[in-house]
Amino acid sequence: MLTTFLQKVLTEADYQPFRLLGMLRKVQAQYQHIPPEAIDSLAEALNIPRTQIIAVVEFYSFLHLTPQGRYDILISNSITDQMLGNDQIISYLSSTLNVKLGEVRDDGLVSLNHTSCSGMCDQGPAGLINGYPLPRLDPPKIDRIVALIEQQTPLTEWPPELFHVEEIIHKPGLLLTQAFNNGDALHATFTRGLAETLAEADLSNLRGRGGAGFKTALKWRTCSQQAATPRYVICNADEGEPGTFKDRMLLDLYADQVFEGMTVCAAIIGSNQGLLYLRGEYLFLYEKLLDVLQQRREQGLLGTNILGRAGFDFDIEIRMGAGAYICGEASAQIESLEGKPGIPRTKPPNSVMCGYQRKPTVVDNVETFLASTHIAIHGGQWFADIGTPQSTGTKLLSISGDCARPGIYEYPFGVSIREILQDCGASDVMGVQVGGPSGTFISNRELDRVLAFEDLSSAGSFMVFNSTRNIFDIARNFTDFFAHESCGFCTPCRVGTSLLKQQLHKIIDGHGSAADLEELSELCLVVRNNSHCGLGESAANPILTTLASYPDLYLKQLKHQEFSPGFDLDATLNVARRMAQRDDPSAHLMQVEN
Amino acid sequence: MSGTLTIDDQIIPFSDGQTIIEAARTAGVYIPHLCHRPGYSPHGSCKLCTVFVNGRQCSACTFPAADGQKVISTNEDMQQDRLRITQMLFVEGNHFCPSCEKSGNCQLQGVAYHLNMLDNHFPHFYAQREMDASHPDILIDHNRCIFCNLCVRASRDKDGKNVFAIAGRGINKRLIINSPTGKLKDSDISMDDCAAHVCPTGAILIKHTGYQVPIGERIYDHQPISQVACDTEADHDE
Ligand SMILES: Cc1cc2nc3c(=O)[nH]c(=O)nc-3n(C[C@H](O)[C@H](O)[C@H](O)COP(=O)(O)O)c2cc1C
Ligand code: SF4
Ligand code: SF4
Ligand code: FES
Repeated sequence: MLTTFLQKVLTEADYQPFRLLGMLRKVQAQYQHIPPEAIDSLAEALNIPRTQIIAVVEFYSFLHLTPQGRYDILISNSITDQMLGNDQIISYLSSTLNVKLGEVRDDGLVSLNHTSCSGMCDQGPAGLINGYPLPRLDPPKIDRIVALIEQQTPLTEWPPELFHVEEIIHKPGLLLTQAFNNGDALHATFTRGLAETLAEADLSNLRGRGGAGFKTALKWRTCSQQAATPRYVICNADEGEPGTFKDRMLLDLYADQVFEGMTVCAAIIGSNQGLLYLRGEYLFLYEKLLDVLQQRREQGLLGTNILGRAGFDFDIEIRMGAGAYICGEASAQIESLEGKPGIPRTKPPNSVMCGYQRKPTVVDNVETFLASTHIAIHGGQWFADIGTPQSTGTKLLSISGDCARPGIYEYPFGVSIREILQDCGASDVMGVQVGGPSGTFISNRELDRVLAFEDLSSAGSFMVFNSTRNIFDIARNFTDFFAHESCGFCTPCRVGTSLLKQQLHKIIDGHGSAADLEELSELCLVVRNNSHCGLGESAANPILTTLASYPDLYLKQLKHQEFSPGFDLDATLNVARRMAQRDDPSAHLMQVEN
Repeated sequence: MSGTLTIDDQIIPFSDGQTIIEAARTAGVYIPHLCHRPGYSPHGSCKLCTVFVNGRQCSACTFPAADGQKVISTNEDMQQDRLRITQMLFVEGNHFCPSCEKSGNCQLQGVAYHLNMLDNHFPHFYAQREMDASHPDILIDHNRCIFCNLCVRASRDKDGKNVFAIAGRGINKRLIINSPTGKLKDSDISMDDCAAHVCPTGAILIKHTGYQVPIGERIYDHQPISQVACDTEADHDE
């Protein structure tokens, strides 16, 4: 049984070790875990050490060495899901299914667990069952689900509306409203010329939408100038930052425009192979995207001699993640695509020179490719006319939390936070998390700040909190998230994020003194300044930015508010202030007033 | 490319392909490190060797030396960060130096002395870790593993075997062994393997040799690690 199944899996993967993650996903789906015999057989067939397979299984949250339930339920633990009552959802599931959180029911039918943000914060509380989405969970919906599970109805026979993910676009802008016919961008690129199209991308001043904001044209040019071949184009659809779901929407509704952007990039950098790294949570998009790719092949937009151009061959393969936020980091993603744990590589060299299979590689965000498509059609100036000089064009936001209209919004860069809050119907705002846990928390005194790389940058996450929310619930949720998602490669982040978690909990639970708060600040800096990659560098942001916004709340939380003169608490806030770009009076502590 | 760089105002020559830490060692300048070892491929995970290069923080063990580079390696803040990172390693595992056979020869301990570490500072994790005493000649005490990856690299690159790997994620990292049972006795490690001798801590020990050199007469009992690292480690170089 297992042997024949593995044969099939191996054949489908063409016995390529770099497709290991995909093979393990299939074994997990079939056997609810990776049995020891499968590890042995795969190691032998792929000629890799068994330890590599074990390391991969242990690294990814969706793979297990011990069996999970045949119906494996994961409930999103994003702060917005928490605010929408994911705890009650879990209790209800737990009691009706008679299974404890974190456990498998005795008969092996069902298991229940938490998962990091599943990319449905606009329709939470949400979860996943065997990898498929369950948005807007409530008791009546759960009753239906429980009945289907107890009757052991296969997922394929469940009513499709249970899995239906809505794409709610409240404010389409420049990119989402452009007319587009398949092939438009490729025709424009070939007509204008490759070098000329790269010049347009340059003129547009498009900067990467995945977070770091690196200039896209510069990345493409550098890659095209590398001597080594083949070169690769990777579309980063890992979208793991809690509160982000705009890439989900783009791949659901605008996939052709994303794939066309990848193809334009391939023409410019001279690449024959593209990869879409799709986060495991977006399994529901997989088949649909395969169909889109197939249609594009039939339309002559992928495959050999694209649009009749002799020698321009390019195709795209979809590879799925398996539950690891760090795989959004470009070099960790490349490791993952090579069938390994997603551990960020050492730089230099960077991926543009030495990426997938150690070859020159462009990794760009989904939205970056979408923008590139339209820049190829309309030219660079058209894009550069919008936004601010340093942040041209528009940005897609995924808005969630305390507002009347959560969903997708597209804004020119430079828009104020206040305007965004008005549009999405937020009132009585206590604070906003711009850019997800790795971004910045701002208080309601900073709403005139603007969305732009030069002020508040966001890869797409925008979470709103009203005055009924507790700042510590937010800081704790985010800090726990980083401890959970740290890949564990480097000491400051592996140990430091767990220490941050402990130390923050100590203060929140009312056991902290002034010295503990100082200790927390110091630890934040050690983690931020010494970590190997962006995850560790930003893991202390939730503490640092909430501390800068509401220092008085932290102060009230301390067991002994009196200070021993040895501590200059306001000075410990210096760092937090600098990173939150604030120095107004409310970001200072009026110390020793008692 | 070759030329000179400065480390804390000292001018140091380097040769083609050297990392900052290698150039420093050649010139007799010690940069604290645990996951680096001369002759092994760079790894960059312990972060003890963090230095400022032209104002940016980098790992000296992975960052290429370049002409005119300005490296700051030793100032108060940086030594403080190194102390904290070392303390993190101490609380993450279970290190009871007085009862450890490696005491006096242990690099983790040596670095702690160098940084004047007087306590663990952080709360202990009290991780549940096991011993693997299955092999007749080699002992593994997982309590003392700091995930420096040296045994992994030694086995793969020097011994051509792949006996070790590091699995798990985040704080749940663990060293695993490539054998059907996961036990060392069923792996193809041998006493002559580099992997059996490379561990900087007491996590991999050779049996039947314990305490042949008495405590008090061991490597770091005589010389600080800053000196040992610049002298003897060079012998292991390829
Ligand atoms: C921890 C971490 C997670 C990341 N997650 C994502 C992600 O989910 N999607 C993404 O496009 N970029 C992500 N990035 C940024 C990528 O490393 C990379 O900069 C980006 O994909 C480049 O594409 P761009 O230039 O189009 O933004 C992440 C970075 C870090 C450090
Ligand atoms: S900073 Fe964190 S996520 Fe990044 S390499 Fe280090 S342990 Fe891994
Ligand atoms: S066993 Fe020793 S050499 Fe191997 S990773 Fe652990 S500390 Fe490093
Ligand atoms: S010695 Fe450089 S990171 Fe460990």
